[in-house]
Amino acid sequence: MTNYYDFPDVKGHFDQYGGVFASETLMKCLNELQDAYKKYKTDEAFQNEFYYDLAHYVGRPSPLYLAKRLTQNVGGANIWLKREDLNHTGAHKINNTVGQILLAKAMGKKRIIAETGAGQHGVATATVAARLGLKCVVYMGEVDIQRQAINVYRMKLLGAEVISVKSGSKTLKDALNEAMRDWVTNVDDTFYIIGTVAGPAPYPEMVRDFNSVVGREAKKQFNKQVGGLPDAIVACVGGGSNAMGIFHAFLNDETVKLYGVEAEGKGMSTGKHAASINAGDVGVLHGNRTYVMSDEDGQIIETHSISAGLDYPGVGPEHAFLNDKGRASYVLANDQEALNAFHLLTEVEGILPALESSHAVAYGIKLSQKLVKGKNIIVNLSGRGDKDVHTIAALEGINL
Amino acid sequence: MSRLSKKFNKLKENKQKALIPFITAGHPHPLMTVPTMHALVKNGASIIELGMPFSDPMADGAVIQQSSEEAIKKGMTLSSVLDVVSEFRENDDKTPVVLMGYLNPIEKFGYQQFVKQASESGVDALLIVDMPPEESSELLSLLNQYNLSQIFLIAPTTTRKRQQYILSKSGGFIYCVALKGVTGSNNVDYSDLSEKFNTIRSLTDLPIAIGFGVKDVNSALAVAQYGDAVVIGSALVKKLGKCKNEKEIKKTIKKFIKPISKALNKE
Repeated sequence: MTNYYDFPDVKGHFDQYGGVFASETLMKCLNELQDAYKKYKTDEAFQNEFYYDLAHYVGRPSPLYLAKRLTQNVGGANIWLKREDLNHTGAHKINNTVGQILLAKAMGKKRIIAETGAGQHGVATATVAARLGLKCVVYMGEVDIQRQAINVYRMKLLGAEVISVKSGSKTLKDALNEAMRDWVTNVDDTFYIIGTVAGPAPYPEMVRDFNSVVGREAKKQFNKQVGGLPDAIVACVGGGSNAMGIFHAFLNDETVKLYGVEAEGKGMSTGKHAASINAGDVGVLHGNRTYVMSDEDGQIIETHSISAGLDYPGVGPEHAFLNDKGRASYVLANDQEALNAFHLLTEVEGILPALESSHAVAYGIKLSQKLVKGKNIIVNLSGRGDKDVHTIAALEGINL
Repeated sequence: MSRLSKKFNKLKENKQKALIPFITAGHPHPLMTVPTMHALVKNGASIIELGMPFSDPMADGAVIQQSSEEAIKKGMTLSSVLDVVSEFRENDDKTPVVLMGYLNPIEKFGYQQFVKQASESGVDALLIVDMPPEESSELLSLLNQYNLSQIFLIAPTTTRKRQQYILSKSGGFIYCVALKGVTGSNNVDYSDLSEKFNTIRSLTDLPIAIGFGVKDVNSALAVAQYGDAVVIGSALVKKLGKCKNEKEIKKTIKKFIKPISKALNKE
């Protein structure tokens, strides 16, 4: 049996995935980061500070909540929600930024940069930078800036400089390119807080570890409230940080089925989706080998999802690995299913899920109908939907 | 002996420095790339670095990114880059051609297939910006099999220990980046170049090419004293981007490249 905790190897590989595919200028600081992370990962004082901040600043643990009316409405297996939407700043993203900024501080870096898609990671980064008084620059695609105006304003209120990226498709991948360029140029004093489990090593491992508190809590909470292990875990996957965060504690518990939900956008046949594992090929993007959406010439293609946070043409290398190993299944939810799930959860539970998380809720509902009553599914409710209210209103033709 | 070794040997005999212009294949138009290459050679280029356009060139600045986007839009593909080299080889069997780009298109093409076809087309070396030597063993063994060189970069941030490691994996020449940042930047700090390049020189017999930030005669001369070759990229690509036809390209190259190659090769 595979011990999933043996991965990545020392060079950041999950079998053929991951690794370090970066320009030479970055190699020194990636090596420094690798060494620093290795040191602080087992440093008691660092870990204590991290968990102190998670408890008192982020508000952890987040509840594990049995969605009774949703379950009744669906009529299948019990649906539990891991309430990451209740974290400070409204999503799981803060777990990682709290960890990385402590590392930046420990390494003596003075300037923080980040990329953002939906704006959740940008807000989470601007938040922790404000808290530590560090200069913060966030790169965001011009298209995303338009569809996430509230988060842009939040970042500015928090003192961050938001730079509009006008190259390529003007979305998350281009913001990442631009952040990398900044880092190459300002490598001495700058710490790059990547928001997902992608990028060159050590990022996929590090971002996973900082988010893995989600799965550890869920495991403990489930055991306390029900006893034993849940039957399935469901989480949405763009880059895949919330999914890795909740999957990680369960990787070696093979009775627990893991489902990563990719954005099917307007449908697989239309080509307008962001399902890198379902439709992509093995390639190299943003520093790691993984599944990538590219055309027949290897050019990265523009993806589509109703949710900016899933609109990314790659996926974290550990997800590529778990897919190939058959440990996790990568399934689909389309724009409409996500919208329906958004409305249903809002109406029967009084919880507005983020459009990203709505994809997980949508698949959770499907799975609940497939499983017998009494089985238990945990859906990672990775973020709250307040930021998406304008988008949803506009889509439904409502003028606010 | 490879074209690259022959070229560097000859330059050394004549006490000359190599001028390596970089252009993006397919920019400003796919049909103009071969004539551009010939014009570069005619005006003093010793080696040509041909960019394989990629949609997400993370280590390049705005100029090269734009040129790549335009080339892709006009239909340039990896396989047509190889066609360009074949066509160039019909009239020039001496000037080495180095392909520079990113890994994903090659992953999609298939390593074996790509290296074989590159070799058949008359390519001499590859420089893959996002593939450090640590990740290169599979591609490197194929390149060896087909007698192609793999060029690696040494950055201002590369430690001495790492320089040695990179040099142990390198062939053709070593490409030294003169500044931190992306291509097309212009804040080269020339003050500490001397010591840096003396160190590299003491570690290798490979020719040393220096690039990033070279934009005119003066900046070319400033870095040429430390190495064997000077790479000029963004400044040239920017000028070529304004050319509407072959005639303008030839005129631009004569005006821009010739003075630099002359200055470099003056005793």
